[in-house]
Amino acid sequence: MSSLAALARLHATRQGRAERLRQVRHHHLVDEPLVLVILTMAGEAAAPLACMVGTGRRQSTLLTVTQPRNRDQRRAFYAQLAAVILPHIRRRENTLQQLPARPGKPPRQRCADAPQIIVANHATVDYLSLVGRSIRFQGPPNTTETDPSIALLGRWLTFFAERAEYPGSSMLLPLTAQLAAHWATGQSILEDESLSKLLAWIEPPAGLTGVQAALRSENPVLFPPAGPATDPTFDAVELEPRMITHQQALASGDHLTAARTATELQDALASQLRPTWNQVWDGLALLRAIPQAARSVRRWEDDRDHFTSHSLHITRGGAPQPVHDQAVDAARRLARLERAIHMFEDEQALDDPFVLAERRTVGTAFAGVVVAREPDRQVTSAKGRRILRPRFTIRTEDPPPIARDQDLVDPERPRTIVRVREVLPEQQDMHLITVEVTAGMGSVSRPAADAVPELDELVCYTAWPSQWGAAEFPSREQTPWTHTGPSAPQTFTDLSEAEQT
Amino acid sequence: MNTTTTRLNALRGGQPPVNHNARTLVGLSVNPGCARRALLDACGADKGTVARQAGHPWQFGQSRFALARGNAFEQQVKEYGGARLLALLRESLDLPVEQVAYIPLKSVGDSTGREQRYRQTCRALVGAARGGPDPGTLYDHPMLRLNVGGNDVYLEPDLIAFKIGDRFYIVEIKSFPVIDRQANGAQVAAATRQASIYVIALQDLFATNGLDPELVATSVFLVTPKDFGNTPIATLVDARKQISMLNRQLARMDRIDILLDLLPSGLTFDLAVDTTGVPTRPAANLAADLRRIPARYRPECMAHCELAGLCRDEARQNASLDVYGQGVVDIFGGVDTTHTALALAEGRQPSDDQAGVARTLRHAERLRAALAEGAA
Ligand code: SF4
Repeated sequence: MSSLAALARLHATRQGRAERLRQVRHHHLVDEPLVLVILTMAGEAAAPLACMVGTGRRQSTLLTVTQPRNRDQRRAFYAQLAAVILPHIRRRENTLQQLPARPGKPPRQRCADAPQIIVANHATVDYLSLVGRSIRFQGPPNTTETDPSIALLGRWLTFFAERAEYPGSSMLLPLTAQLAAHWATGQSILEDESLSKLLAWIEPPAGLTGVQAALRSENPVLFPPAGPATDPTFDAVELEPRMITHQQALASGDHLTAARTATELQDALASQLRPTWNQVWDGLALLRAIPQAARSVRRWEDDRDHFTSHSLHITRGGAPQPVHDQAVDAARRLARLERAIHMFEDEQALDDPFVLAERRTVGTAFAGVVVAREPDRQVTSAKGRRILRPRFTIRTEDPPPIARDQDLVDPERPRTIVRVREVLPEQQDMHLITVEVTAGMGSVSRPAADAVPELDELVCYTAWPSQWGAAEFPSREQTPWTHTGPSAPQTFTDLSEAEQT
Repeated sequence: MNTTTTRLNALRGGQPPVNHNARTLVGLSVNPGCARRALLDACGADKGTVARQAGHPWQFGQSRFALARGNAFEQQVKEYGGARLLALLRESLDLPVEQVAYIPLKSVGDSTGREQRYRQTCRALVGAARGGPDPGTLYDHPMLRLNVGGNDVYLEPDLIAFKIGDRFYIVEIKSFPVIDRQANGAQVAAATRQASIYVIALQDLFATNGLDPELVATSVFLVTPKDFGNTPIATLVDARKQISMLNRQLARMDRIDILLDLLPSGLTFDLAVDTTGVPTRPAANLAADLRRIPARYRPECMAHCELAGLCRDEARQNASLDVYGQGVVDIFGGVDTTHTALALAEGRQPSDDQAGVARTLRHAERLRAALAEGAA
């Protein structure tokens, strides 16, 4: 957390409502997102109880299970869910377009549209990943007895969950993370994981402060948990007795009671889902009202590329995602992930003065006025040529920059790249920072006119987003199957690593 | 009865003490610096009831579905007189499966007292320890005992002690899944801490009987279902870190006198239960007594302590930075309240030791003001 974000929490408390932390929205929102709220049975690894899914506040499908431990019922649930989600994906797959060749790039294909799933929280993302893992291998190929749509659903859920690991991706978004990124509340990060408490701070009902509204939303009767975990009291009081009566009625052939209790169960589950369903749409509306960041367009193209290649991978008969990443694969993924995180952070700073300001509090960006300049400075290159290397000095009150060997850019002057060459402390928390222009300065014979800012001009420098020159590892779809096959099952492992996290 | 016990009993009041178990003892280690919780636990007060009576009910707990699943899995693992479990454990240690020895230390419907059962456990385990190397024996439902803050706490775990060779292992059966060799970190950590309590209690049992506590392995077995099914797998987890952490915390409970000495006289958690068993103590009165004991609220309390509602409310009323969590506390180190932090941010002259944090705050506030201007 930056000191700016921390301070914003204190202001939120004082003013009784959340404070904006971003000027623009850094994720893309499609016109027709698929919202999914899902509940699971406590104690089971992946046994869904119910879900609400759909593309509009008033266009929802409710799916429920009367006995989640029953394998057939679970399969029926997944088949119904697949019948909602897969056609939604299919329609986006059908927007496949041919992109013309560009310099250095062959012609390729990309879907004009891609699916986007919105869920309440991180826990739901993890749960979808688990569900994806539990069903993507179901049913050997070429058998008729299993519904192939279930395994396909599992593969897509796995795909979405893997994309969600990338902070810049918009394919599967947990709403709590989105809201918490855009607003600072007057509560803890732990409490920010609750959708209803976040909304309570962002838009407290008339007459209530954020604290009061959040306190009120801790009542699980008025505000059932957003899932996938249910309220233990609901389990004990509403769910379990009805499940038992229902089972008994079925066993004794009492069809009337069985039908009645099935409806009651459905109603009870719907009552737990509906408040969250509405809150997700409320939250989405809040996000939509924030203008979208310029660079999120490119990131969404990236998402569409990944969607396209996964779609083609499936069409071409590619294998499902392997059970567990092998070491090489895991290392690659980690490296890819780290690059994506840096890239996303750097890009946000260029799009959003709030992010830039946050960076200025932690020493990854600085701003100040130009106090000296050498626009004509020349040096001799390693090859003995005279080259232009202008320098200028900035006086800043910000904490001095931490990293030295980094390309920096001023969002207002995106064509010029500079590097820090010297940092000198001055009186009263001031620093003098001398930077050298390393790109965009022109040549000795034709210097670029605006490469060096004028004296007294206000400038601000932050990291230039780059892929750090590292080659992209091939994506899993492009890796030969011999390198991605499921690793040999092991029954005994030291879990102590998991325990450290 | 020593004086500490008398004082703790008076602190608890008329209600019977709640029994500690591994889970409540583990709870002690979650917020080691909190005197309020240490005293409530040491005297055996029922924190849930106390919090409710003080006007701040706080609920957390396991779903019945989860409990049912846990019990069913445990039964399944222990089936066939532990034969399956023994095979699993031996396989994990790469030992050939030989004969099965399974010694239940509690028979069904056993109504003997806890102390007696503890002695029975002692006899069985001490005898086994003196008996030399062993091809593998399971002791089901031993009764263990631990002295916590001057009181004997009996631990009756659904636990198994497993002796192989000369060593005793603690086996903890949990129903959370291990999927593709990965489990939920928080659940593994909680299970390991619980098992660590049993390690400590078993070490204690040997030590008091003149045996080497090192007979107890400091790695524990977690037996959990594999992937999405019911097949159990055993995992040996190194628990040394948790054991030493809990030992430190238990030692602190032994010095509970120091905390008791600091209490104003007459302070009590007594609920004034009437003849029908209903607590009648006024909420404000009880809450006031609770607030006279220093606490150390942090957001993590919400998942670990029944007093969280009361303590959070108190921290908010004091405008304490603790309500925001460690991240904010660290950034504004040296400043305790929201009021002070905002005043410094808005230009109040800092004291000498606040100079650094005041600079940070003013800098952040300047940026914030500029942003507000830009956005307007
Ligand atoms: S909730 Fe209160 S009593 Fe419990 S550990 Fe936290 S501060 Fe201590």
